[in-house]
Amino acid sequence: MTENLDVDVCITGGGVAACAAAVALRQAGLSVAVLEKRRCGAGASGVNFGGVRQQGRHLAELPLSRRARPLWDDLAAVLGEDIEFEATGHIKLARSEADMAELERYAEAARAHGLELTLLGANAVHQEMPWLGPQVIGASLSPTDGQANPRRVGPAFARLARKLGAVVREFTPVRHAVSTGHGFTVTAEGVEVRCRFLVNAAGAGGGMLAQAFGEIAPVTPLMPNMLVTEPLPYVISRSIGVCGGDVYVRQVRRGNVVFGGGGGWLDATREFARPASDQSLGGMMRTLQVVAGLAEAHIIRTWSGVDGQMPDDIPVIGFSATEKRLIHAFGFSGHGFQLGPVVGQIIAELVTKGETESPIEPFSIRRFGAESSSDSRANRHVEH
Amino acid sequence: MTEARDPVIAVIGAGPAGLRAAETLAAAGLRPVLFDEALRPGGQIYRQPPAGAERPPAQLYGFEAAKATRLHGVVARAAGRIDYRPETLVWSLAEGQLDSVGPHGYARLAYDRIVLATGAMDRVLPFPGWTLPGVFTLGAAQIALKAQGVALGRRVVLVGAGPLLPLVAHQLRKAGANVVAALDVTPFWPKLANLPGMLALPGTLAKGLWYTARNRLAGLAVQANVQALRVEGKARVEALVWRDAAGREHRIACDAVAASFGLRSETQLADLAGCRFGFDATTRQWLPQVSAAGRSDIATVYLAGDGAGIGGADAAELRGERAALAVLEDLGRKVDGARQGVLDRGLARHARFRRALEAAYPFPSHLLDNLPDDTLLCRCEGVSVGTLRDAVGRCEVTEMNRLKALTRIGMGRCQGRVCGQAAAELLARACEADIAAAGRLRGNPPVKPIPFRKIEA
Amino acid sequence: MTDAGLFQRLVERTGRVIVLRIDGVPVEAREGDLLITAILLHRPSLRRFEFADAMRAGFCLMAACQDCWVQLADGRRLRACSTPVAEGMDVLIEGPSHD
Repeated sequence: MTENLDVDVCITGGGVAACAAAVALRQAGLSVAVLEKRRCGAGASGVNFGGVRQQGRHLAELPLSRRARPLWDDLAAVLGEDIEFEATGHIKLARSEADMAELERYAEAARAHGLELTLLGANAVHQEMPWLGPQVIGASLSPTDGQANPRRVGPAFARLARKLGAVVREFTPVRHAVSTGHGFTVTAEGVEVRCRFLVNAAGAGGGMLAQAFGEIAPVTPLMPNMLVTEPLPYVISRSIGVCGGDVYVRQVRRGNVVFGGGGGWLDATREFARPASDQSLGGMMRTLQVVAGLAEAHIIRTWSGVDGQMPDDIPVIGFSATEKRLIHAFGFSGHGFQLGPVVGQIIAELVTKGETESPIEPFSIRRFGAESSSDSRANRHVEH
Repeated sequence: MTEARDPVIAVIGAGPAGLRAAETLAAAGLRPVLFDEALRPGGQIYRQPPAGAERPPAQLYGFEAAKATRLHGVVARAAGRIDYRPETLVWSLAEGQLDSVGPHGYARLAYDRIVLATGAMDRVLPFPGWTLPGVFTLGAAQIALKAQGVALGRRVVLVGAGPLLPLVAHQLRKAGANVVAALDVTPFWPKLANLPGMLALPGTLAKGLWYTARNRLAGLAVQANVQALRVEGKARVEALVWRDAAGREHRIACDAVAASFGLRSETQLADLAGCRFGFDATTRQWLPQVSAAGRSDIATVYLAGDGAGIGGADAAELRGERAALAVLEDLGRKVDGARQGVLDRGLARHARFRRALEAAYPFPSHLLDNLPDDTLLCRCEGVSVGTLRDAVGRCEVTEMNRLKALTRIGMGRCQGRVCGQAAAELLARACEADIAAAGRLRGNPPVKPIPFRKIEA
Repeated sequence: MTDAGLFQRLVERTGRVIVLRIDGVPVEAREGDLLITAILLHRPSLRRFEFADAMRAGFCLMAACQDCWVQLADGRRLRACSTPVAEGMDVLIEGPSHD
């Protein structure tokens, strides 16, 4: 028995960006359907590190990230949900002089985008954080950055979208989509949707949907290998990253320490991503070198998930090159979480006004042209 | 692919099933690698005290002393043909590789076949006050006695929903513990009604009746059909209040309560191995699918003992040996068909007994009726029953993993071992849905907490 | 108070006496005691619960529930029901509280 829906906008994918777009579109008075293949917010939106971070981004992302930042201050109230957001500050560590030089260069470039970073030398960084390992020789602090609980943000956005009248269908994978001249017909499991606008927010699956409309977007699966400890006395007062991106650590107020380590693997039979034990052990070793005080702690859980990785490390955002009223928003390459709320607004602007105040040209799908190099990014260290 | 070397067979768990499996494989000329978390082999039912606290087997195991002693000697008798790794946790499993951590640090083993004999733990259901110091599982009362020669308190109340209750009552009483009450939360009549079925194992039935008679003679009658429980106390247990079938409340002053309600299979490694799971309506648990011979739906994975469905220690021995024979058969080795027949017939008798036993001690779902909102459900994270109900009402949660993500139930150190079954029951009730529809928590490594400390820098 | 503990010995033990400390106070156990026994013979609980004003004293005694992890003064964290007591262990119960 197929359900038939007729809406202004159909969104494939049910992560933070997708549901934030649904919310914004509903607020603009448009009818919306969200089609999520599993559970809203349980994909990349739910498995990521939880960093809410401007620092360290590709400069092209900074305007979007700066625009997103104030949205996080109000997000808990907007969603009606404690998302455990806290501006603890994000500190990016240097373990060599070359690292320090990189931090200095970035701080200067970021300032031009209105992001103020504070550089700290060895004495200052060890004084403030005596639990850091000895190889840390300096750091760059972004005081307005912080962290939140990714497992709650996505589902909360989905609930708000539903509350505002969006049709949100979970366990509803999209089978195919075709252009009808004045819109699209999207065929999904148990549902057929006719819509004027189609939003491709399908994460790692975004490339396939783009391909259905004759476009190339070489997105590959990125599977973060995540670990979490038992609750421990609260010590790690800032969210931590390193130059090189191979260590990222944060502690939640309840005391668990969340950190990453390499990449997981795709269990094809069970169709989801799993953590890899050797990667977990490697992550434990690297993290212990940076936060020596974790030596007596225990890891209680590891997990992975599937994000979408683009070869140039920045997402695809913007209108399709081949199809009017098809809008892409996928491939966030491991750092989409903080951008999610603003990407939702940008999508709504593109639908309602045909343009957005944010500079999204660098994210155009056109940059991939007819050919693309799609070397495997599976083992790449990605900053979170 | 022909192998020049012998196939590597890993056996996980040195309880009765794992020991028999390892023994059988070693006797066939292989050198199984036997992993066990504990200091000494035996599992829980035949748990050995640590060095320095030994006692004669007759005192520790009663009627089962000879069995226990024989099992404890399996590794020594194998004289090096079992690669035994005690104090070693297998924390992850995937595609022919297992990860362990033990006294020598972290290690990996590529295996050709694996026999999972991971056993069981107590089935826990929450009740008001169950997290107070002094409340333990019923199994813990037995372990405290066996492994440490201690009683959990000066005035101990035992609560159960299975044959463990009269057994532990008897053992504790005999050892001089002050058991002030033994409460059975299941009704009396199903025990009578299912006696014929339990005749499938007359020896086991006789022992059960004997413990019951001895308890009664000593003035400790097991109170049946208990309807509700609550523990009172500020910093520790001070009293247990229980309600009988007529609705009357009774209050017993005590300082220790040992309460649990049957057993629950430990299935985490089977889950990581990718075994297909099915919902078992009798035990109301998700279990890995396993054939009578111990084969899972994965060619390299075998399951034996209580870890694949509760059957008891004697059945575990049979299943361990049977699974090992299945491994040998699948490796193309000759196996004794007559012996397989003996084991299969024995297991069939055990299955008949088990069906009767499950019917004699039905799942006490009434204990989950009307739990106050402030009753703790997730022990590790301190999450209440009320929070679960709120998540269902406000956030449309219908399924265990979403429940976990939003409420933290199952997110603590035990990863849902203790609260998972009760959480699913309560979720089903709050959604007015079938418990199978609540699903089960996704498994991920490590199956137990693993230390940073053993990583070589 | 000598009866401040939970556990009660039913079997007389004649092995080597082991001295451990609980919050700096020396108490006696015997070789063969698990750490949980050594603590609960003398105290009614073995750790502060992280998320409420409450204490915990273990639960399953078989390394399944993970409720008996204790903090030693030297920084080590040990699962008390699966670790034999050893000379010199200094368990922190009322020590630095978790916040």
